[in-house]
Amino acid sequence: HPKLNYRMDLTMALAGSCKTTLNRYLALEQPEDVIQILYIWIDGTGEHVRAKSKTVYSEPKSHDDLEEWNFDGSSTGQATGSDSDVFIKPVALFRDPFRCGRNKIALCETLDKDGKPTGTNHRAACVEMMERVKEQRPWFGIEQEYTMLTDAGRPLGWPVNGYPAPQGPYYCGVGANRVFGRDVVEAHYRACIYAGVKISGTNAEVMPAQWEYQVGPCEGIQMGDHLWLSRYLLHRVAEEFGVRITLDPKPMPGDWNGAGAHCNYSTVDMRTGEKGMEAIVGAIERLKLKHKEHIQSYDPNNGEDNKRRLTGRHETSSINDFSWGVAHRGSSIRVPRQVDRDGYGYFEDRRPASNCDPYMVTYMMVKTTLTCDHSA
Amino acid sequence: MASSNIDDMGKKAVLQNYLSLDPKDPKVQVMYVWIDGSGEGLRCKTKTYNSVPKSADELIIWNYDGSSTGQAEGKNSDMFIKPVALFNDPFRRGNNKLCMCEVYDYKMDKAETNNRKSCNEVMEQVKSSEPWFGIEQEYTLLDRDGHPYGWPRQGFPGPQGPYYCGVGSDKVYGREIVEAHYKACIYAGITIAGTNAEVMPSQWEFQVGPCVGIDIGDHLWMARFLLHRVAEDFGVIVSFDPKPIPGDWNGAGAHTNFSTLEMRQPNGLVEIEKACNRLSLRHKEHIAAYDPHQGEDNKRRLTGKHETAHIDDFSWGVANRGASIRVPRQVAADKCGYLEDRRPSSNCDPYSVTEIIIRTVVLGE
Repeated sequence: HPKLNYRMDLTMALAGSCKTTLNRYLALEQPEDVIQILYIWIDGTGEHVRAKSKTVYSEPKSHDDLEEWNFDGSSTGQATGSDSDVFIKPVALFRDPFRCGRNKIALCETLDKDGKPTGTNHRAACVEMMERVKEQRPWFGIEQEYTMLTDAGRPLGWPVNGYPAPQGPYYCGVGANRVFGRDVVEAHYRACIYAGVKISGTNAEVMPAQWEYQVGPCEGIQMGDHLWLSRYLLHRVAEEFGVRITLDPKPMPGDWNGAGAHCNYSTVDMRTGEKGMEAIVGAIERLKLKHKEHIQSYDPNNGEDNKRRLTGRHETSSINDFSWGVAHRGSSIRVPRQVDRDGYGYFEDRRPASNCDPYMVTYMMVKTTLTCDHSA
Repeated sequence: MASSNIDDMGKKAVLQNYLSLDPKDPKVQVMYVWIDGSGEGLRCKTKTYNSVPKSADELIIWNYDGSSTGQAEGKNSDMFIKPVALFNDPFRRGNNKLCMCEVYDYKMDKAETNNRKSCNEVMEQVKSSEPWFGIEQEYTLLDRDGHPYGWPRQGFPGPQGPYYCGVGSDKVYGREIVEAHYKACIYAGITIAGTNAEVMPSQWEFQVGPCVGIDIGDHLWMARFLLHRVAEDFGVIVSFDPKPIPGDWNGAGAHTNFSTLEMRQPNGLVEIEKACNRLSLRHKEHIAAYDPHQGEDNKRRLTGKHETAHIDDFSWGVANRGASIRVPRQVAADKCGYLEDRRPSSNCDPYSVTEIIIRTVVLGE
């Protein structure tokens, strides 16, 4: 089939062998005062990231040095055609691991023409909330799980027209029949370190082709910023390998684990000596009373995505019930054994879905545990 | 092979771009490696550190989900991993490290398959005997579908004979993995003593040692991890099964060479003979410790054929590869040296093997 062959040749040409060609251009000397800035933002789905580039003529030292920009919101589900300009305001700056040198990536908030946050801009409210509770110095660490797919949408490494052997040997595994796609993981880890993202670790997960990395500990708003940046880097790195990433919380129905974004959390009180456990249990009791509200905030579709994942099996708690326990991976909240022994530390909220918005998750966490705010 | 529209050369070229990134704020990646609930499988995960550790003692005790490795129930799942030996990371290079870990449960009691703890205690006890070990680790390379790597599809190669220490593309399969692994081990700081192609095609051997005491277990386990990881990069599987192909094909062992200070002194042969006699009285106990299934795996391998002794019988002899224990010809001539216990299976736990050897030969149990 001539057409198919052409497409395959082009695909191959765009892949491996052309990286050498691209590298010749990326190695071209770039004048000191000509910098490429990649503006990235969350689109109208609340799950996906968009990006475009702009040349600037001096190296920015912080995001404040960068101008507000704008884009066509009618192409990202964020505006109508007749009034389509949406504004992007840089809020955090990182080094660019793809373009290297002095080039940067700027994480942005999206604002409408009146300067108000757009529908899926949950960062604005999160910043305000974090300001309110900053005395308690809330720390977060999120365990981002995800699945690698082939361009045909099948989990990477799974046999065509079949399934791998049942779960068991894959978690933290090694070997060509245990893990698929380690190259992407290694590249992403390094890219995050280079960019300045606080990536704290990685491991292979229970389902084959599923992986996890952790970002943290981050204080306040930093958690959301670093996690979103790390997700962009992940999609972009995988793109270079011809691999797709999905953050869907239950990509394979049946006896296969789902994917979450377990959120580890602590405040000054929880981290201190004798009162630590008391503060932890106190926070958990408050979370118990707001289970439904949290579930609605723990994925971008009001809890509908998490319904497929939080079944009570595969190391999850059931979506309808709130529970907690020490070292218990089948409950909503797990208090690590180490914390129980020490008498202080942190706890892990295992409910958020892998495609959650970390701004929403961290906002709800501090609002429920640290304020008496009963508003929505 | 995992499908994607980029070939392997392309993948590795792309990965290289990221591995050579030079961050302003350099971090250290430490990969924790541990033995899972099967007693044979290895698991790993990585943690970022802010400074370069000089020894395993500087690393924190971490934890993982034991319910995902057959070591705990979901409702009480945390297992602890304690770093005990530090190595350089030949995959991530730079200042990045690998550390071998011991596993503990939630009460800080040793996990069931943590055989290192008691081995270490015994080795401490007999420090003055300076026990040296060298283990000959055999293994088989398999394709992703489980067929030996390089063997014809739906068929077999010619009978054994020309493959042992062979050269030529019709004699050896997978040398690139062996060469890569050898270099990786040297870089990591593992005491790898040598390599050779083995009697069955696609079967290879590497030797670790001489190591003193607990080091042999640490170095051998980490060498096994490196082998799985290197082969992963080549899309090939490593099997430590002691009899991967039934029939007229060799099995795989982990012959354990052993000596004490006295055996190495002039006239040490007397000590070696004493050791063989002690070993002859505890054959059953040793067989139970020489594979992860109380001897069941070794039953398929120790048949009395293919250069093995039968599992039910104990024997020893000079230069005898059909005996349980072989005393090398050179040792008999020098009247001192070491002995080779040929019984351990390729998938044995070296901590269990070396511990029971010490208990029988040095502690006289």
